[in-house]
Amino acid sequence: MVTATAAPARSVRALKAAFPLTLPVMAGFVFLGTAYGVLMQSLGLGAGWTFLMSAVVFAGAMQYVAITLFTAAFNPLYALAITLMVNARHIFYGLSLLKKMRAAGPFKPLIVFALCDETFSIICTAEAPEGVDRGMFMFFVALLNWCYWVLGSLLGVLVGGLLTLSTQGLDFTLTALFVVIFLNQWAKPGSRPSSLIGVVCSLLCLFLFGPELFIIPAMALMLVVFAISGKKLAGGDV
Amino acid sequence: MATLTGTALLITILVIAAGTILTRALPFWIFPPGKQAPAFVRRLENLLPSAVIGLLLVYCLRYVDIFAGSRGLPEALAVAATAALHLWRRSTLISIAGGTALYMALVQHVF
Repeated sequence: MVTATAAPARSVRALKAAFPLTLPVMAGFVFLGTAYGVLMQSLGLGAGWTFLMSAVVFAGAMQYVAITLFTAAFNPLYALAITLMVNARHIFYGLSLLKKMRAAGPFKPLIVFALCDETFSIICTAEAPEGVDRGMFMFFVALLNWCYWVLGSLLGVLVGGLLTLSTQGLDFTLTALFVVIFLNQWAKPGSRPSSLIGVVCSLLCLFLFGPELFIIPAMALMLVVFAISGKKLAGGDV
Repeated sequence: MATLTGTALLITILVIAAGTILTRALPFWIFPPGKQAPAFVRRLENLLPSAVIGLLLVYCLRYVDIFAGSRGLPEALAVAATAALHLWRRSTLISIAGGTALYMALVQHVF
């Protein structure tokens, strides 16, 4: 073996590099996860079903939509169609990470499985510090965020009724996280046209199609704009 | 209460999980590491990240109604505060903590 440091030391370094970046997600996920657990409990679905949803589906918005499927007639095909529609945005995450994920090595399947909005934003825009294994770094970002969500959900099922409302608004950490990441991208001059295209296409489609349906039209519109803009848009270094 | 129970519930959850995994893994299956992706896809790799972050920003504010209720004022003020803090100090945690604290104060005590 040519590696100078042992695997445990390497993982500790990767974990230490990943953890601070996930703190805002911790606050948001524990809060939103708890709210989800409370909701599942109120439907008569306890810790087991909640754990299954949060651990295996691991997609916040879809898990809330799934509640409407659980309270309707059994229709797996409809469930699949709704899932593909709500989660279509994930396809753009994969396309953005094709090259970067080659560094993920053996962790790639797990990272892809847990590629939620927040994990994508962090690993897409943050680099592992010098000397830190890039695959492990991305893996720990994904793992920590997954743990926050699963633990938050279980917390909601188990102690949900005891919580007061003083935490109302805590989920804004996730919005603030995207504001910060957006500004960090904006600071890279080459990426400004793409940032603007993303926001303008999304706002336009939000007004035209409403909050439930705008994502897929917005994605299509972005592709059209990128296609007709030809090579004029070089794209920033990411 | 949930109308689905037992096997029907389990099947529905597994279908949702499979659909979600499909959306996450599809690009990696279509364009495996060993194969050169088409030129447009390679260009997208540079163009999409910034655009998708913009999409996500709009996405997490999608239910804000500027014509009803608090008219999106708490969200607008808190986003502005987060951005101002970030441009000033460039510290992710200060920006997020400050913006969130303001938002919580606004929705709990003002609006």
